[in-house]
Amino acid sequence: MPVFYGTQVDSALMLGTAQYPSPAILAEAFRVSQAGIATVSLRREAGGGQVFWDMIAGLGTRILPNTAGCHTVKEAVTTAQMARELFDTSWIKLEVIGHADTLQPDVFGLVDAARILTSEGFEVFPYCTEDLTVCGRLLEVGCQVLMPWGAPIGSGLGLNNPYGLRSLRAHFPDVPVVVDAGIGLPSHAAGAMEMGFDAVLLNTAVAKAGDPVSMARAMALAVEAGRAAFEADPMEPRDMAAPSTPVLGKAFLA
Amino acid sequence: MIRILGVGVMGLTLATELTARGHSVELVDPEPAPGPHGCSWWAGGMLAPYCEGESAEEPVERHGLTAIDWWQRQTGGVSRQGTLVLALNRDRGELARFARRSRGHRMLNSDAIAALEPDLAGRFTSGLFYETEAHLSPRAALTELRRRLEAKGVAIHRAPTAGKPDQLIDARGLAARDALPDLRGVRGEMLVLRCPDVTLNRPIRLLHPRIPLYIVPRGDGVFMLGATMIESDRRGVVTARSVLELLSAAYALLPAFGEAELLETGADARPAFPDNLPRLRRVGSTLYANGLYRHGFLLAPAVAAMAADHLERGIIPEFMDEVFA
Repeated sequence: MPVFYGTQVDSALMLGTAQYPSPAILAEAFRVSQAGIATVSLRREAGGGQVFWDMIAGLGTRILPNTAGCHTVKEAVTTAQMARELFDTSWIKLEVIGHADTLQPDVFGLVDAARILTSEGFEVFPYCTEDLTVCGRLLEVGCQVLMPWGAPIGSGLGLNNPYGLRSLRAHFPDVPVVVDAGIGLPSHAAGAMEMGFDAVLLNTAVAKAGDPVSMARAMALAVEAGRAAFEADPMEPRDMAAPSTPVLGKAFLA
Repeated sequence: MIRILGVGVMGLTLATELTARGHSVELVDPEPAPGPHGCSWWAGGMLAPYCEGESAEEPVERHGLTAIDWWQRQTGGVSRQGTLVLALNRDRGELARFARRSRGHRMLNSDAIAALEPDLAGRFTSGLFYETEAHLSPRAALTELRRRLEAKGVAIHRAPTAGKPDQLIDARGLAARDALPDLRGVRGEMLVLRCPDVTLNRPIRLLHPRIPLYIVPRGDGVFMLGATMIESDRRGVVTARSVLELLSAAYALLPAFGEAELLETGADARPAFPDNLPRLRRVGSTLYANGLYRHGFLLAPAVAAMAADHLERGIIPEFMDEVFA
């Protein structure tokens, strides 16, 4: 099971809490999936979301507040400070959005904000790209977790750059890395876990499914299967067919 | 005598239903007329059970279907022009998903859309038409319910009269949170535009992954744009971001909206229970009718009928809590 900033989490599935048809369905999705972490957005609900936040706290799941919707370092830092007070946690999923349409992270602002927040004692989970240099900088400024995207937020496109993700995993084998955003199907989640990532974080794929509770369960199963497969050391793919029954006595070299 | 607290859509609908069934009713509200203090004042007024069924629980569609006739009977002014659901080209996948998850529609091509809404000619290649849906003007409907109740001699007081009622019904919306701890507010923001250049005959819903929009024609070149859904009980003024999002979506639908006058902005918090379905709940001797969420006009008639059935025959209706506090 993944360990973030010294805390072991009971499941490699992390779920967002936005866009569900109702809080009752949200709660059921968490119950069925046994997700290990719930992410919560502060930005839009600022000032009046206490009942909703209390309900999220009541799920009994560890909470990771985020800075979703922040476009500047200042906004993100302020939102993180607010989150620390509201949820009584030093964990913060740091999002600094650089592009309004694709919601891709502003990696420059991200590094700046991460530096400020780690110096203030936050334990930062930065939402980043799979770029090795950016990830390296984030670790330099004190992040001990990385959260590269699979694809743009809410797109459901899956793992857009498998090469880049494998490369990231290989370069930082000892850093907990969570594939965040872009997961649309259980196969995407399983794929990320098969690559050896420590967890996946998703929201829209479950919340906007026709049956969010069933999809939450499917994602939990996929994450478990993907992790088990990684730990089982999968075979290497090869071009030549390799029959699993003996072919002795046949002209197999012909 | 039955005393009803609250003259929002729930209170007035209850009073109308109970009066029609021959009960003596008294309404009580510190603001004794519908107005901007109540969240139903800011509603869209779409009677769209099938479209709402896309994301709402099943009872919303089933009970919502009865609302169209109820409002026509009790207030008149219901426009049965259906609903048109559209998506911008790059979001066409949203239209397929919406079609899959809702009933009561048929797919229209570009020509059929132009025939229904000439102002949208050439702008959309496909759309979903929910022919049997309807809409009304919430402020006119609330005011008319109140007028007809007064005409029937129903008293509307700012404070309860001395007499003890045979039954107290609390329909105060979010204000009843003092007695209903699982009630929460879901913030919604809306705009009213005047754009005489644009003619639309029916509510248009524009599907968008991040900024869904509906536009309801109010007649005389006036349009209501709504509505955000934010997990917050904050009331009062709209935010710049919400105005920006709603207007940009309207502009994407039809650039002519860029010339509109922005007549009004409004925000309020809808009362909702955790499953976003309404509830009748008995606490002591008080019957609470609440949690209509974004379905005030759609579900109030059904909730009122259930409340009346419960009071008259003691049956436990579908929207009633099983556990009595």
